[in-house]
Amino acid sequence: MIMRSAIHFAAAAIALALAFAAVLPGVAADTIDPVADAKAFRKFFTDKFPKVKLEDFVNGPYSMDEDLHRQWEVKEQFPPYEFSLEMGKEMFSKPFKNGKSYEDCFPNKGIGIRQNYPYFDEKEGKVVTLELALNRCREANGEPPFSYVKDEMAALTAYMAFTSRGKPFDIKIPNDPRALEAYQNGKEYFYTRRGQLNFSCATCHVQIPGERIRAEVLAPALGILNAMPIYRSEWSGMGTTSRRFTTCNSQIRGVPFNPQDDEYRNVEYYLSYVSNGLPISGPGARP
Amino acid sequence: MRNLLIAFLLLFGSVPLVLAASSEADFKAAYAAAEAANKEAGSLRNQWTVTAAALNAAKKAADAGDFDKAIASSKEAEALAKASIFQATSEKEAWKALEIR
Repeated sequence: MIMRSAIHFAAAAIALALAFAAVLPGVAADTIDPVADAKAFRKFFTDKFPKVKLEDFVNGPYSMDEDLHRQWEVKEQFPPYEFSLEMGKEMFSKPFKNGKSYEDCFPNKGIGIRQNYPYFDEKEGKVVTLELALNRCREANGEPPFSYVKDEMAALTAYMAFTSRGKPFDIKIPNDPRALEAYQNGKEYFYTRRGQLNFSCATCHVQIPGERIRAEVLAPALGILNAMPIYRSEWSGMGTTSRRFTTCNSQIRGVPFNPQDDEYRNVEYYLSYVSNGLPISGPGARP
Repeated sequence: MRNLLIAFLLLFGSVPLVLAASSEADFKAAYAAAEAANKEAGSLRNQWTVTAAALNAAKKAADAGDFDKAIASSKEAEALAKASIFQATSEKEAWKALEIR
């Protein structure tokens, strides 16, 4: 009897040990660790492009190619986003019909705060992007929201980004499991292949940055949002982060979501977080 | 002989009518199957633009009375929708292979 119990006990102990051995590596691989992610992310790109200065990654394709970099330096003397920037400045300071303005909706009157967006709103339990915060400000003051993909939103965010130029991204993940989940969902979205072309964001911006797709030089994912919004020669106009995400989806033949759907808010949160420490350079210009 | 002629006319004379009727029914069935698959892809947040385009083409062909083309487009849409479902399902784990660690 004692012998049988001992055998049962030993068998149970071995089974338990085997179960832990099987489960533990899986747990380790699936652990959500944004700090480790950001470190690995930065290392991946700095190893891949040892000649590119860390702060230069925010210049996207211009950091990948010397000729393009020279073109960009010339372009910056008369930047194509200048009109949008002026428009944004004017819009930002113009009061709403109720007498209030954007200044009343943001910390520090909206100046020099771009690097803190998106943030996780613990009351709402979701990520809030700058574009979303701007439209919420408008609606709270009785104004209709702007399209997330058109010129007015691009102008406003261009001005706000300009006031933050040089300030490093400082995205926080609060001690809230929902914030960690949003971050993880954003990460999953970034790496998930979609559309008939079977591309993920990472296909272009991790696997082959610096290479060309047709005439375009692909930007590295590190620092890719620091220059938003951007003037794109291909668009002959300004583009917001929302416009960039939705057109990326269409280009790979996936049906885009609505701007500011959770997927886009989360992927912006993830991409901004892993670029923490890199300076805001928006508004930017791209080929 | 006369009976044989009548039978022949009935048999072959009715064929186009039967084909046209069954084509429309077949189109409706094929289109419904494609729509259902695309709806499932939507619930997985992974619809493809080409599926929507094939569904539109099917509807347009059916409106013009070209049911052969409408059925072909519906079947194409269903195949595309099923591929997008497969993609969404397999990517639930496969995305990890691309992750920077």
